[in-house]
Amino acid sequence: MAKQLTIFMENRPGRMKSISDVLLENNLNIWAFTIQDRGEFGLMKLIVDKPEKAHLILADRGFACVLKDVLAVTAENDQPGNLDRLTTALLEKGVNIKDAYGFVSPKDRQGICLIEVENPDGVDLEEAIAAHGFTLLTGKELYEL
Amino acid sequence: MEITYWNKNIETMDRPAIEALQLQRLRELVDQSLKMDFYKNRLLRVGITSSEDIQSLDDLRRLPFNVKDDLRQNFPTGLLAVDMRDVVRVHSSSGTTGIPTVIYFSRQDMDNWTDLLARSIVATGCCQDDVFQNMMTYGLFTGGLGLHYGAERVGMTVIPVGGGNTQRQVQIMKDFKTTVLHVTPSYLLHIHSKLESFETRPEDLYIQRVFLGAEPYSENTRLKLEDLYGIDAYNSYGLSEMNGPGVAFECVYKQGMHVWEDAYILEIIDPETGEILPDGEQGEVVLTNLVRSAMPLFRYRTRDLAYVNSEPCRCGRTHRRLSRIQGRTDDMLIINGVNVFPSQIEEVIMAIPEVGTNYLIHLTKIGSLDKLAVKVEIYSKLFTGDMSALDGLKAKIKEKLRASITINPVIELHEPGALPHSEGKAKRVLDEREQL
Repeated sequence: MAKQLTIFMENRPGRMKSISDVLLENNLNIWAFTIQDRGEFGLMKLIVDKPEKAHLILADRGFACVLKDVLAVTAENDQPGNLDRLTTALLEKGVNIKDAYGFVSPKDRQGICLIEVENPDGVDLEEAIAAHGFTLLTGKELYEL
Repeated sequence: MEITYWNKNIETMDRPAIEALQLQRLRELVDQSLKMDFYKNRLLRVGITSSEDIQSLDDLRRLPFNVKDDLRQNFPTGLLAVDMRDVVRVHSSSGTTGIPTVIYFSRQDMDNWTDLLARSIVATGCCQDDVFQNMMTYGLFTGGLGLHYGAERVGMTVIPVGGGNTQRQVQIMKDFKTTVLHVTPSYLLHIHSKLESFETRPEDLYIQRVFLGAEPYSENTRLKLEDLYGIDAYNSYGLSEMNGPGVAFECVYKQGMHVWEDAYILEIIDPETGEILPDGEQGEVVLTNLVRSAMPLFRYRTRDLAYVNSEPCRCGRTHRRLSRIQGRTDDMLIINGVNVFPSQIEEVIMAIPEVGTNYLIHLTKIGSLDKLAVKVEIYSKLFTGDMSALDGLKAKIKEKLRASITINPVIELHEPGALPHSEGKAKRVLDEREQL
């Protein structure tokens, strides 16, 4: 499964820049990011081209950060109803969506949806999603866009 | 001004008579203490083998000091001088290391303490006609129950409402025409800010007198409260180790608190050297309890800083007056009337693996109430990236702190390394409260 880098970040000026500075210094490319806000702090979630490297460097700089599994889902055609079919697929298996965001692939202009899920029953998500016509990208496919 | 006394004989007795009574009671205290292993060892070490060795009050100086740690180390019953079946009351305060300070009273001790409180209450001009609304916390803390029994002994109509629920407090004040309150100054200020929302004006209330306590406040706050409500507000002093409230209380002239010297021997010492300081010089308050046989305690270092006024008081009482407490010799914080040591908070934080060792205690005021924020750092190695785990962590820290210090803190999570470091002279407490 693809890896998302999740970083604990205080909610005050300059903290996001402290992360982007490190990514720049190390020539790491960001495909997508989102921030989950929780008052005095938030979680910054990043899809980068070299997640292991980014994780090691940020951890070394003292950030509380972790690599988490994330579903990177893409569809054949960009059309109305895609998200509805995807949520239907997950609902059928009783999988809870904890966070979701997306971006457009620079290669083929396809939308890619990133989903953090709670999957207590260990459902085979790839199969469940494929049954509805979606593709689950591997980490390698995602990082090398 | 009309002066009333509870026990005029004792309250106005001349200094030689007070000192003779102190000497007699000190000798009884020494005999009682010699029955106990802990004190016996200490007294024998300084050559005191019986009350015969106490020939004058100056001999008090031969006795060693006792400190809070002595009480903790003797937890739970090491300083109990009587059989537990002769104990009729236990009070306790939270300790700095999780070990509480526990105080025992025999029936006679309770009677003595209650009488001192009745004396204190009457010194402010209260009498049987008064309706007394006790807004202090009841329970293990001495403040609530102490004044409760004192007021009953005076014959006042006692309303044991306890703390909190502002609307109900105000309603009770109106329903029962309450004339006297026992309350923390910050809560009394808070109530004033709420009166309008209850469609009540201060002049709709019947309050004449208020006993303030349990937290530090300035003379200006007292004057402000007196002005806001049109009342007389009285300072009081006490600590559970010395029974609780009623060690010292102001009379109607409100020029310092009379220390009931038939019941307590008051010394002021230099906290560095232990030297006894003359009247008028500020130092640490040291007290000897002469009226508690179940748990003797002599030369107890209170860690409160104050000075003594030995000038005669216009009220005719001969007992010397203690100044407002000027500060502490330790780092104790008083938060909404509750005593908290930073070490208590530190202990809780250190026991939670998901947070780091740096922390900051941040105190501010919201209106007239204290707000405690405890800031902690996320520990990188146990960071899971899961928001609900972080929510759960905050809830866990909050609950554990509440259980330890009885105050509900706000917990803030910070990045590793964001707070002052534990090495060196780290500032752990940021107190931004305006002095009341």
